[in-house]
Amino acid sequence: MTTTAPRSFQEIILRLQTYWAGKGCAILQPYDMEVGAGTFHPATTLRALGSKAWAAAYVQPSRRPTDGRYGENPNRLQHYYQYQVLIKPSPPDLQALYLGSLEAIGIDMALHDIRFVEDDWESPTLGAWGLGWEVWCDGMEVSQFTYFQQVGGHDCKPVSGELTYGLERLAMYVLGIDHVMDMPFNDPSAPIPLTYGDVFRQTEQEYSRWNFDQADTDTLLKHFEDAEAECRRIIEAPAEDPKTGRRIVMAHPAYDQCIKASHLFNLLDARGVISVTERQAYIGRVRALARLCADAFVTTEAGGFDGQAA
Amino acid sequence: MADLLIELFSEEIPARMQAGAVADLRKLVTDGLVEAGLTYSSAAGFATPRRLTLALSDLPAMTRATREERKGPRVDAPEKALEGFLRSTGLTKDQLEARDDKKGQVWFAVIDRPGRAAEEVIAEVLEAAIRNFPWPKSMRWGAGNLRWVRPLHSILCILTDEAGARVVPLEVEGITAGDSTEGHRFMAPGRFSVTSFEDYAAKLSAAKVMLNPQDRAEHIWSDATSQAFAQGLEIVEDKALLAEVSGLVEFPVVLMGEIREEFLGLPPEVLQTSMREHQKFFSVKNPKTGRIEKYVTVANRETADGGATILHGNGKVLAARLSDGKFFWENDLRTVERQGMEGMAAPLMNVTFHNRLGMQGARVERLTVLARAIAPLVGADADMAAQAAKVAKADLCSEMVYEFPELQGLMGRYYARHAGLDEAVAAAAQEHYSPLGPSDAVPTAPVSVAVALADKIDTLAGFWAIDEKPTGSKDPYALRRAALGVIRLILENGVSVPLDALVNMARDAYVGVYQRIGRPRLIEQIRADLASAADLSHFLSEEDKAELETLEASYEQAEFIADRQMGLHNFKLDARFEAVRADLLSFFADRLKVHLRGEGVRHDIIDACFQLGGQNDLVLLVKRVKALQAVLETEEGANLLAGYKRANNILTAEEKKDGVEYSLDPNPKFAEGDEEKALFAALDAAEPSIVEALAAQDFTAAMGALATLRAPIDAFFDKVVVNSDNQIVRRNRLCLLHRVRKVMEQAAVLSAIEG
Repeated sequence: MTTTAPRSFQEIILRLQTYWAGKGCAILQPYDMEVGAGTFHPATTLRALGSKAWAAAYVQPSRRPTDGRYGENPNRLQHYYQYQVLIKPSPPDLQALYLGSLEAIGIDMALHDIRFVEDDWESPTLGAWGLGWEVWCDGMEVSQFTYFQQVGGHDCKPVSGELTYGLERLAMYVLGIDHVMDMPFNDPSAPIPLTYGDVFRQTEQEYSRWNFDQADTDTLLKHFEDAEAECRRIIEAPAEDPKTGRRIVMAHPAYDQCIKASHLFNLLDARGVISVTERQAYIGRVRALARLCADAFVTTEAGGFDGQAA
Repeated sequence: MADLLIELFSEEIPARMQAGAVADLRKLVTDGLVEAGLTYSSAAGFATPRRLTLALSDLPAMTRATREERKGPRVDAPEKALEGFLRSTGLTKDQLEARDDKKGQVWFAVIDRPGRAAEEVIAEVLEAAIRNFPWPKSMRWGAGNLRWVRPLHSILCILTDEAGARVVPLEVEGITAGDSTEGHRFMAPGRFSVTSFEDYAAKLSAAKVMLNPQDRAEHIWSDATSQAFAQGLEIVEDKALLAEVSGLVEFPVVLMGEIREEFLGLPPEVLQTSMREHQKFFSVKNPKTGRIEKYVTVANRETADGGATILHGNGKVLAARLSDGKFFWENDLRTVERQGMEGMAAPLMNVTFHNRLGMQGARVERLTVLARAIAPLVGADADMAAQAAKVAKADLCSEMVYEFPELQGLMGRYYARHAGLDEAVAAAAQEHYSPLGPSDAVPTAPVSVAVALADKIDTLAGFWAIDEKPTGSKDPYALRRAALGVIRLILENGVSVPLDALVNMARDAYVGVYQRIGRPRLIEQIRADLASAADLSHFLSEEDKAELETLEASYEQAEFIADRQMGLHNFKLDARFEAVRADLLSFFADRLKVHLRGEGVRHDIIDACFQLGGQNDLVLLVKRVKALQAVLETEEGANLLAGYKRANNILTAEEKKDGVEYSLDPNPKFAEGDEEKALFAALDAAEPSIVEALAAQDFTAAMGALATLRAPIDAFFDKVVVNSDNQIVRRNRLCLLHRVRKVMEQAAVLSAIEG
């Protein structure tokens, strides 16, 4: 185990990757779509469904348009990274495994105060909920720890254990940095040392402007409706593929459209064109798609389908 | 005799659930054991974040053997009846005994239940308790089916007697009970075995776990207060926070940290709320300055650096949080400086109060109208009351209240002051929400009273108009609280305003403001919805739907629907409004009864006064009730009531018998004997004083005048036979009793009084 303190943002990520690889997780790569949180990655949302065992860890770039602050706020970003671990069934020593990961990134358990504080997780857009905690290190929330109970309206059986680390916040804490833009991204003694600000300050400005003021709401609305329609169309296609003659349920392509709709909703929300009452309706529409995708996924092999039509 | 120790060891149990879980475990287990015949002498339960513990003492080794005899069907009864009996007793036919009974031979079952070993019973009871545990929220984990609040890791279950400790054999979903547990997660990891509760408590203590939540709370409180005292400071008491924090740690370590100078200018309530809500910190106050200058956090471990790292981290998180708070505070102050309180309140125009009662902005307009109308009744300056109502909800648009909703009102007061408004106006921004409950203080400042009454009567009238009333335990809009608030505001401030007049004012404000503000917009919206064929009928009764059919133009239809959606038709049409008002007034009457009962007033006395009808002035009503109760508590009063009842009983009986009402004026010239004449004289003397006193609302004097009737009434019944053979005399006497009753019922409908 590494005992020295990490020196950069990327070193913390690399240590988490190494740690969870060492614990047997498949180290996946980020999903190639805009998502609001690591949970949206199909490796979590869909793989939490069905009976098959699963263990994966990955970094997921996440976007929350309403959190944009033009790169000026020390903690808030419209684009940030989450580190996500999903293990199914949740192992009995998941808490210990998790605490090991904190040690791996340089948090000395003998000096710090770690607490598991009740925090039940719910995603109205995914029709998902679970029980768990937010994990506090010296009063700061460093992770979300959840035992999934339901996803897309389906009971999770077996139950997955999900860990989500907010990487910037965690890294700032470990590295002792007050403003995210000042955080070393690569090693400070590298020939070309880069800070988080060098990498992301400009994009935070550009996206903040676009998210809040420039994104064309008519276009976004149209995209939302297209994604919704396409998702439903994919789901409604017969399972039998006429070309190959095989049974191919297109759960993932449909789910991509659900992710898209969800992100478009977030953009519309940031543009301030969704009223309080409409908000619930939009969330309900995305949730309906997530449910359809979940229904479809459990009829696939990865979803534990055994070939017998229900 | 043996002692039982149970520990259910799990991942972290939410702090708020721990106390309830201990009580539930104790109840499930002790009830189960006692029902199975296993007694105990004492029970003690404890919780830490990771364990529920129950210790019972003096259990017998076995339950007592029992023998039960049950009578079954007759021997010649149909086979079906016998089968049922065999099923219910679990016996076979050859185990039954036929015995002679009154009606012939009857089957008897003799069921012998041998004593059962305590272990067996405990295992059964504990397994059932675990499987049926009433957690507010529970979950599954891994591949199992068991539900617990968080994953359950181990069960400790031992019986200890002179011979030593033995594990109660038990397995629940793969978890086998044993005699071991774990200490503190970080300070004393690893399992250890225990042999008794004393051994368990001692070893846990050595393993850095304080088992008893009360000990943890006391430790935290005494350590925090003494650290503060040493620096001339004091901890702001917060029992709920103390209980919560005690449920987050097994080994509490109290650490005190500083709040950076730059944040000390924030209102103390903001510091306190932010620290409590986000960080679970206690606030530490400097009694000399009244400022909150430090904080106390409770860590779950000791460290080699004396908590320096932990404090440093907490301080950083706090600084980030308070930077947010400072940012909100400064932005809000700037808004007030630039745009005034009304500018801050402007967005309320677009915030929904309730989808059938329109926008907050319209509500503020109504409150302004109402507060102005109520002001003269409560001795407030009308302009000032109107201004206060106008800005009272402004802070709902502030960034601070958006972040901390519990600071609503208080922030309004700060911001109104900052805007340079009169202190009475600023105070009303905070106080108009009060009273929030039966024990919450009632505002007394006239402007605050005016706005508070306006706020509550508007809410009540509005929800009554759209027929959203409390039912059973459901009262989502806290309307009972609002009604009680009106009652307490009126009574405690002695406001002489009839309730019905207050409801009328609310109606006028609603109709006036709504016509002006909400309605045109709503009608346009409904027209658009009608054009797109949306279904708008969910606000309409069948009758309404039929009426809607008769309307042609889309504008008229939209108008019709809009008025029903907003309950406006219930205000506009007199007959409908009167029904709504009567219903609301009777709701007030019920709340008043509940309130007065809480003050020790007898419910039948309240009824007696209510039944007079038209009792809308609560101050007068309560005066009357209290004067009546006072007089009835004297011997004089009790006898007077007895006299009234006697008169009433005789009169009622005779009227029923004769089928007539004896309501003519009795004539003194038919009076025979001194007692009857004396009663006439007494009535003649008392009646004017009673009437006069009642007119002057001097209920004590009225009751006093009534009491003078006691002796003549007693004497009358003593000496005079009402049912005289002389019909003229008899009728006259019955009319005299009627007069007695009528005179007395001016004070209250005394027949409603019990006893």
